[in-house]
Amino acid sequence: MVGCALAREFSKYELKTVLLEKESDVCCGVSKANSGVLHTGLYYKKGSLKARLCVEGRLMYKRLVKELDVPCTLCGKHVVARTEDEIKDLERLRDVGEANGVRGLTIISRELAKKREPNVDSLGALYSPVAGIVSPYLFTIALAENASSNGVNVYLNTKVTGIKQVNEGFRVTTTQGDFTADIVINSAGLYADRIASMVGIDQYRLYPSRGEYLVLDKDSRDLIGGMVYPVPPKVAGYLGIHLTPTIDGNLLIGPSSEFIDVLEDTRTTEERILELMTEAKDLLPNISLKAVIYAFSGVRSKITPPNEKEARDFIIQEDLVDFINLIGIESPGLTSSPAIAKFVVQLVKEKRDIRRKKDFSPIERKTVRFNETSREKQSSLVNEDPAYGEMVCRCEHVTKREVLDALNNPFGVKTIAAVKYRTRAGMGRCHGGFCLPKIVEILEKEYGMAAEEMTLKNTDSPLFIGRTKDLRKKGV
Amino acid sequence: MCDLLSRNIDLIVVGGGPAGLAAAISARKEGIKDLLIVERNNWLGGILPQCIHDGFGLIIFKETLTGPEYAQKYIDEVKKLEIPYIIDSMVLEITPEKDVIVSSPKGLLVFHAKAIILAMGCRERTRGQIRIPGSRPAGVYTAGVAQNLVNLKNFMVGKDIVVLGSGDIGLIMTRRLTFEGAKVHVVAEILPYPSGLPRNIQQCLIDYDVPLLLSHTVTEIQGQNRVEAVVVSQVDENSKPIEGTQQRIACDTLILSVGLIPENELSKTCGVDLNQITGGAVVKENLETSVQGIFACGNALHVHDVVDYVSLEAQKAGKSVAEYVLGKQRKVKRIQTEAGNGVRYVLPDFIRRNVDLELFMRVVCPGKDKHIGVFDGKKLVKKKKFRKIHPAEMIKMRLKGSETKNVKALRVEVLEK
Repeated sequence: MVGCALAREFSKYELKTVLLEKESDVCCGVSKANSGVLHTGLYYKKGSLKARLCVEGRLMYKRLVKELDVPCTLCGKHVVARTEDEIKDLERLRDVGEANGVRGLTIISRELAKKREPNVDSLGALYSPVAGIVSPYLFTIALAENASSNGVNVYLNTKVTGIKQVNEGFRVTTTQGDFTADIVINSAGLYADRIASMVGIDQYRLYPSRGEYLVLDKDSRDLIGGMVYPVPPKVAGYLGIHLTPTIDGNLLIGPSSEFIDVLEDTRTTEERILELMTEAKDLLPNISLKAVIYAFSGVRSKITPPNEKEARDFIIQEDLVDFINLIGIESPGLTSSPAIAKFVVQLVKEKRDIRRKKDFSPIERKTVRFNETSREKQSSLVNEDPAYGEMVCRCEHVTKREVLDALNNPFGVKTIAAVKYRTRAGMGRCHGGFCLPKIVEILEKEYGMAAEEMTLKNTDSPLFIGRTKDLRKKGV
Repeated sequence: MCDLLSRNIDLIVVGGGPAGLAAAISARKEGIKDLLIVERNNWLGGILPQCIHDGFGLIIFKETLTGPEYAQKYIDEVKKLEIPYIIDSMVLEITPEKDVIVSSPKGLLVFHAKAIILAMGCRERTRGQIRIPGSRPAGVYTAGVAQNLVNLKNFMVGKDIVVLGSGDIGLIMTRRLTFEGAKVHVVAEILPYPSGLPRNIQQCLIDYDVPLLLSHTVTEIQGQNRVEAVVVSQVDENSKPIEGTQQRIACDTLILSVGLIPENELSKTCGVDLNQITGGAVVKENLETSVQGIFACGNALHVHDVVDYVSLEAQKAGKSVAEYVLGKQRKVKRIQTEAGNGVRYVLPDFIRRNVDLELFMRVVCPGKDKHIGVFDGKKLVKKKKFRKIHPAEMIKMRLKGSETKNVKALRVEVLEK
């Protein structure tokens, strides 16, 4: 997400910008696996980059989501106190938030909290009206697509394997060839410390921390009005297992927090699933765990070592001339991302005379979300294009036209995941049972793909081993 | 509702699977002329066209047919009776006033229906719903999806396979994938007994030497991009995995056959009361739901073991809907039924007294030489002996009108010896 925000921000200037991504699509790492929350700034030390960029970033969202046509809403948030001691914690959080310039924070009584969130028991709550939710995938994808429309070349399946300082700047070696660049921005998330080491910057070490989530059926959405957070546990930088409505109308439980050894070990575990369920029941006794439709996890790129009490700040600095590192961009990274991008561009501007493009277009094409349009509008859509009348995803009411549009993405990504994150097909309660065969058929008929070419999420995740008849002939 | 032009219609049948087809045929034969079947796939017959194995039709046609053959009999009848149907069309919403909104390539269609038959079928429980921990690679398929891909598209899902769940589709797919050259290493079943029909255990597992591990489940999926292995563990009597029993089985595919859920999202939009156990609508003996003029049948009502029973039930729904539409439905008092000891559910939820009818039920545990009793309070109304009872098999009990003459409520129980 930060990489895509950077790409878009740089696309406003007369520069030749490329975005290098090792995965088969944008938004494959923690960008897609988080709470999707726009934070207000209750948790970060005054004067820190986290505090400043979080507050600034959230304010930038208002315009951005309009320009990029990304669903976003300020649903508000209650941090609930469940013991007398925690009431004091609420005051502390409010004070931090106010010092950071967050407006509208109020501590409300037990009775009022019950009125606002009838299904949650608490002794009182800190209410933050301006906290919001956004679709992290649609936001990231839209940033990348808009950057691409404005001239940024997005290279997917392009893994950086080495960086060398040369006369002209840097030579970046990748699995898809070499690139020479004047300026390198290292926004590699979990791999940012390794990328920095490639140019001899060895002082960083990241500690991957996995957060697991459970996704609940849309049936459960109305159990809460806005977000419900506990008072953060005394673990550096951790906000605790909370309940978040998603912009699509599901409910998320999570995340857990656990340091792991292997960088992209995004498995879910029985222990954490049990922990999530227990905590969720504690916050929201009416929650039915029968409503769980999926579990996933994401990995935070933490710069704070496991034993440290206080969370370290984001590191965004030019550690080497023209080499800018972004290290430890965990929460509130999503909220801060637009402000981070601006901050980095500012760092570049201080040294170089870069000119704004005259023809930058901030607006990305409008995406039709059939399910979210009125019946009248749906009717005219189908009349214009019969592909809007054919449902590919029965749970989320995603039409064939939307699936085709997703597959026609500017990056040429034709995976099942590319369709899922762009349209929601496969994210509903049947989780692909109905739509998978239909999408497979579209890939075959409309794009001429063979069975063995179809993949779930990247080139290494084939869906099939081939056609039955061919396999029989081969005697496999 | 919206401002789109709506058309009045006597009957909308939601779903063109075995239930929808049989219901529509029956309704037409009983005199309903103005009706429409709405099917979201681009074929009629629902799941049947992908069920290329045989064993269908024994009860109704007294012969064993494949799924496509069974479906074709009904499709031919629909065509012969000139019953209108639309495919690639999905009901998006039904209001309590019985306005039905349908998306179709021909346009967004709105109907104001006198009556509706809910025949949406069921969907498969997924990996997420049973919360199998682990990674999220390609190669995890529900059995029905794998069946669709292999049988209808001829796309082979994998070659080294573990099946979780001994439900019928899982068993059938074990055999099917074996035919296609795959090796099914094991079928794991969390319960201490198989979930599928005994004939399928014999014909799909035993005949092909595929081991069945009872009281076992998959406790982890491994592999970042494609399935590389699953961990199978033994479970205790509370279905909790037993530490130390884990075995890692290398495979590229996990097939899940872990239960079916009646599809009732539309029932919710029109305010139909749902039975918490079956997941389907609460119905009377004429298969009418809590909303007047809306009827339910087939797997959308409760999951059936044999398609013939789906067709028979749907036929009854078609008959009842005709009575309703033609103004022949009489107002009657009904009594409630209840599942007692050893019975998971009993349908219909409400019945008329003094008429012959059938109760449908599923038991909690398997048993041999068991009596099932129908009680009115403490009074035994009827008792029937079953040589074998099994949760996988639907049990039917006929009640004569005379047997329900003075009862106040009915409770069905498996009797202790």
